[in-house]
Amino acid sequence: MSSIKEKSIDVATQEVLKKAQDESIRTTWDRYEAQLPQCGFGQLGVCCTVCDMGPCRIDPFGEGAQVGVCGADADTIAARNLARKIAVGASAHSDHGRDVALTLAMLSENHSHGKKGSHAHTYEILGIEKFKALALEFGIDVSAPKEQIAKELARKLLEEFGKQEGELTFTKRAPKKRQEIWKKLGISPRGIDREVVELLHTTHMGVDNDYKNIIKNGMRCALSDGWGGSMIATDVQDSILGSPVPVRGKVNLGVLKENHVNILVHGHEPILSEMAVKAAQDPELIKLAKSKGAEGINLAGICCTANEVLMRHGIPVAGNFLQQELAIVTGAVELMMVDVQCIMPALQEIASCYHTKLVTTSSKARFAGVTHIEFETERAYEIAKSIIKIGVENFVNRNKNKVNIPKHEMDLVAGFTKESVLHMLGGKYRASYRPLNEAIISGKIRGLAGVVGCNNTKHTHDYYHTTLVRELIKNDVLVLQTGCSAIACAKQGLLIPEAAQYAGSGLREICEAVGIPPVLHLGSCVDNSRILTAASHIIEEGGLGEDLSDIPAAGCAPEWMSEKAITIGFYFVASGVYTIFGASPFATLGSKNLTDYLTSGLEETVGGRFEFCDDPMKMAQLMIAHIDKKRRALKLKERATE
Amino acid sequence: MKQLYYDVKKCLGCRSCEIACAVAHSESKELLKALKEEIKSLPRKQVLFSKNNNYPVSCRNCKEPKCVQACMAVALRYDVKLGIVEHDQKRCVGCWMCVMSCPYGAIRPNIKTKAPLRCDKCIDKDEPSCLKACPTKAIIWQEEKVEKI
Repeated sequence: MSSIKEKSIDVATQEVLKKAQDESIRTTWDRYEAQLPQCGFGQLGVCCTVCDMGPCRIDPFGEGAQVGVCGADADTIAARNLARKIAVGASAHSDHGRDVALTLAMLSENHSHGKKGSHAHTYEILGIEKFKALALEFGIDVSAPKEQIAKELARKLLEEFGKQEGELTFTKRAPKKRQEIWKKLGISPRGIDREVVELLHTTHMGVDNDYKNIIKNGMRCALSDGWGGSMIATDVQDSILGSPVPVRGKVNLGVLKENHVNILVHGHEPILSEMAVKAAQDPELIKLAKSKGAEGINLAGICCTANEVLMRHGIPVAGNFLQQELAIVTGAVELMMVDVQCIMPALQEIASCYHTKLVTTSSKARFAGVTHIEFETERAYEIAKSIIKIGVENFVNRNKNKVNIPKHEMDLVAGFTKESVLHMLGGKYRASYRPLNEAIISGKIRGLAGVVGCNNTKHTHDYYHTTLVRELIKNDVLVLQTGCSAIACAKQGLLIPEAAQYAGSGLREICEAVGIPPVLHLGSCVDNSRILTAASHIIEEGGLGEDLSDIPAAGCAPEWMSEKAITIGFYFVASGVYTIFGASPFATLGSKNLTDYLTSGLEETVGGRFEFCDDPMKMAQLMIAHIDKKRRALKLKERATE
Repeated sequence: MKQLYYDVKKCLGCRSCEIACAVAHSESKELLKALKEEIKSLPRKQVLFSKNNNYPVSCRNCKEPKCVQACMAVALRYDVKLGIVEHDQKRCVGCWMCVMSCPYGAIRPNIKTKAPLRCDKCIDKDEPSCLKACPTKAIIWQEEKVEKI
């Protein structure tokens, strides 16, 4: 059994893990140990359960069976398994995008029928600038009334899901050269739903047997997420809820308050949690909380719902993926409301050991026997209020002897977007990517790194994220972050302007001049699309090549675990980005051909490729080496490694 | 005399041997039916994980078995001819001293039947069931090499 220090580098996590052990609460780390050894066939990707002639397994040592009952070899099996994961990952983010687009349709409908509630209690279009820019992209006349634009825009956005031919509108945001590559390879995504369905079709028994072709279709599906579903989610959320601007916040389990009603929002979609933010300030509920003996209502978040409400309102973040159970173990959480994705099925069992009420809100994500209050866009405020009320009323059930909130919390700055990076670097009156491009060209900023992704119980929590990011900024690489990776680094104090002291001299100079941290928090994992658009703006600005693959940049998901991460990896690689998956490789090692194709063959076709590496210092070296290679290709100033 | 050996480097931890063992010792000898039996058959073999290696662990049928020495009811005895430790359920009092004394942790108690579960090398079959179930041939069934003194 590994020690608490081997489980996490985060002190707050360690403290609550100790509490969990003392109280005999089984967490993900215990469940992981009970799973050992994990099946090698699954890890290598050579177990096939596609049809009922199986399950079949390929002996990676070469002595046993080398093909399944149907004749599929390790290459086909591993590629099909991977493709199915890409389809699931794309479905998750794109379906999130669909719901946001449907919210836009609903609000345009309500407004045109005069069903305008009080401003605070309904959805509005708060990011009007972005909304209009988006409408223009879809060829809508923006001089029309707002409701009409919204109706037309929602229709066109929803069409992106059902389109059968042509290309997704957002692919036009990519540099011309990149669009040509996609067209030439036949991987330009046509319709969001079509790419998922078609990819799944190709993995049915006896359809696509060529691992390269399976991966090609996988890339098209991933692109339909990155340049489609995810991008719609981000841009429409920014339109409805307002585009984030840099905001200060606090992070880690210490944000839970001993004398307050603690309500946690957990999951990924901000539409309901946005209303929860408002409802938590409802005077009626605050009065009720006080009547129950609490000082007030404290709303905090876990995972990407946290990132969403942090980005727009500075709501504190209680923790990232591996801290969701531990937040409950503090004994101080009255209620956790969850929506979709990355919500551990174990939560209810842990909640039942304390007074915590778990409430599910999405028709897509329920637990047997758990209170379900289904979210409806039309009655969002009312629903959010009723859920929070349950939490407030639960305050009296809190067992004070079981409460132990770690004191650790850290400041952070979040709220960077492709627009706000623009403003920060160029100043309010000359918003432009020019200063960023100049800084990269001069070598003050060596290059850019996107460090994103999850936590994984298999590996020391937060260690890979923070070690990698520290090393990158030390070497003058500006780091862009999303998701649980951003939360990991925030907890270690890397997301405040003062963190510039850990940066190399060039990056430090830029950060201090502009007043930004060396690590920029761009939002939730669906917001990885922000990195794609920001990179496209960099190319548009000029001086750093003609394609995304020319930029001195690299991507990494150091502690990934979800299928969404795989899809994100694929849309980055298919967009020309060198992308490292840390900690554990994809489940493809049982097929040498497929693994070689992903880690080298792909570069010839799309300009990006995967790398698998389980040492954060080595990851940093690989990313820096790639950045320097790209700098040389652009004939930029050489940089010596510090 | 044939014994079970393992090529630890080839063990992928899929636990197919555990399932095959449980099925072989069930009433029905069929996976889907075995799951519905009132007293569930349990595997006599377990794959354990330590320091990046997987170790299939089962009774080694030691020549000087600690479990036989520890059995106060004389329910366990070593059959020299067959080379296996045999268990007489009628004599067993369920004290679990055999479980405690096995240096390999290879005996597990079946609480329901009050019987110690140990590998019997599938003595009623031509070869152990786990052997056939291993997809990487990490389980080896071969004559014991007796070192000459």
